[in-house]
Amino acid sequence: MLQRIRFLPFLPLYVAIYFLFLYLPILLLPVFSFNDAATTTFPLAGFTTKWYASLWGNSVLLQAARNSLVVGVCVSLLSTILGICAARAITRYRFRGQRAAGGLIMAPLFLPEIIVAVSLLMIALQFGLQLSLVTVILGQVVFCIPYSMSVLVSGFEGFDRSLEEASYDLGETAFGTFRRVTLPVVAPAIVSSLLVTFTISLDEFILAFFLSGTEPTLPVYIWGQLRFAAKLPGVLALGSLMILASVVLLTVAEVLRRRAERRTQAALAH
Amino acid sequence: MSDRPMISIENVSRYYGVYKALDDVSLQIGEGEFFSLLGPSGCGKTTLLRSIAGFDVPTSGEIRIDGVASTLLPANRRPTNMVFQNYAIFPHLDVGENVAYGLKRLRLDAAEERRRVADALDQVRLTGLDRRKANELSGGQRQRVALARALVMRPKVLLLDEPLSALDKKLREQMQVELRSLQQAVGITFILVTHDQYEALALSDRIAVMFGGCIAQVATPKEIYQHPRTRKVADFLGGMNFLRARLLADRKGDVSVDAAKFGTVNLAKPVGFTTSDGHVTVGIRPERLRLLWDDEKAPHELTGRVENRAYFGEVTHLTIGVDGLEQPLSMVETNDYGADDLPVGAEIRLAYDPDAFVLLADDEMGLRAR
Repeated sequence: MLQRIRFLPFLPLYVAIYFLFLYLPILLLPVFSFNDAATTTFPLAGFTTKWYASLWGNSVLLQAARNSLVVGVCVSLLSTILGICAARAITRYRFRGQRAAGGLIMAPLFLPEIIVAVSLLMIALQFGLQLSLVTVILGQVVFCIPYSMSVLVSGFEGFDRSLEEASYDLGETAFGTFRRVTLPVVAPAIVSSLLVTFTISLDEFILAFFLSGTEPTLPVYIWGQLRFAAKLPGVLALGSLMILASVVLLTVAEVLRRRAERRTQAALAH
Repeated sequence: MSDRPMISIENVSRYYGVYKALDDVSLQIGEGEFFSLLGPSGCGKTTLLRSIAGFDVPTSGEIRIDGVASTLLPANRRPTNMVFQNYAIFPHLDVGENVAYGLKRLRLDAAEERRRVADALDQVRLTGLDRRKANELSGGQRQRVALARALVMRPKVLLLDEPLSALDKKLREQMQVELRSLQQAVGITFILVTHDQYEALALSDRIAVMFGGCIAQVATPKEIYQHPRTRKVADFLGGMNFLRARLLADRKGDVSVDAAKFGTVNLAKPVGFTTSDGHVTVGIRPERLRLLWDDEKAPHELTGRVENRAYFGEVTHLTIGVDGLEQPLSMVETNDYGADDLPVGAEIRLAYDPDAFVLLADDEMGLRAR
């Protein structure tokens, strides 16, 4: 492999350009959020933190942030609980239709989200459900379970049944075994799943837009603000904060997931 | 063995659907005995061990542990502890916490708990390693942690599920010696599941050889190696030259057979022995055949030719073709006299002792251990 790459000297250049296209626009966000001008044009006018300061005085925005937090926490809890059930079934048991079940749980990842959003909206209206944060939560859970399940499956796969048997064998009860062995061993994977799903919910727009009614989440609020040119720098500041939060949460999640994987695998002789 | 067995297995069967994992197994294991369940994979030895541990419930039959009917007793209420094949060390706990795991439920005072953990670690020669993390241990150390974690509970019976199979050869042999002396030190019953016949021979007081959910023979290592009851048992426990022999005389305690080129051989007759077609299978171990050099003489001799030769360092394995025998003979010769230099095709003479032959039941005859 190393040999071959030496004969393709343009590869590093290609990779550099690739990453530039991918991340330059995102990097411009924080740059302009500190720029002392209402328009996003070069040259930069000067350094300011006033756009960040202005976020604090905006009660509509703070309400949207609170909505996002509520939705995020509920979605991460619900999809992680359901993900635990699914991941345990997939890793622990053999049953008829196992592969099909796994595939169907992962399918929402590949479905066009806007179509699902429209159909969920139709169903909600059909059943006379009031559009609210509850409908957003239910919609987002469908999309978060695949992520939750993949994170949890990698955490559970190393969890050998013999760990629980060893605990029973040493005199512990079923509940004690769950508390002293099962939970601590899979805890990092569970926390990782909570963080990943929370992050996805925080950034999710399409379902929230269709199903939130009069209670906007942050992405829906941002979309509404874009109609007003004067509000753009504030949106950039808010966007920068959300990127920062996402990166931090996902990094912590990945670190925890890897630690869980390493630990469970280290426990077993091969 | 005391009058009352530590483990008593009575007519235990275990079905998975129509598959018989255990087929009417009865067995008694004494207090302080090192007992091995030996057999190929799928023979039911692990199912039997897991039934004793309480992880598997027999379809029928009864298991008594130290006189207590235990067939349906859950694993956490049995006086048995297990060393798992993959050791199952708790990954989130260090060595000391792993060993103390079961003690926590006994609510000992802190000093007593510390003392018992330290004693158990001493016993398996892991003194002072109690703060080590599970992922900082070598394979051999994990195995010792698993042993200490089980022994600290002071079980009446220690169950070992292929505990050495994950170790490399050198470490495995070292651990075999340690396991044997550990058992003698603690003096409790050890039940070992293994598919390695040398491990079973080297460690055990008694061995049960299992095939297809049944026990084929229970005996001491020496008895089972020298007097296997069936062809399958003989074959599983090392090399054996088999030959069909014609029954000449069937007396009360023994039989005479015509063993082709080996002449007439008298054999002790196992209980329940029968033959339908007047022929029987007899066997002789490869190491009971011996090369004769130069003008050396022996009361019973055969001539043959070297067909194949394999050098094993201290010994050489020879395959000898003998006119009048359907199968060539295997033999093992130490390399003191130059067996390793015998060319293929060399004419040789070999000596045998007719008393070294054993009469083997064909397995379909259904000779079963009682």
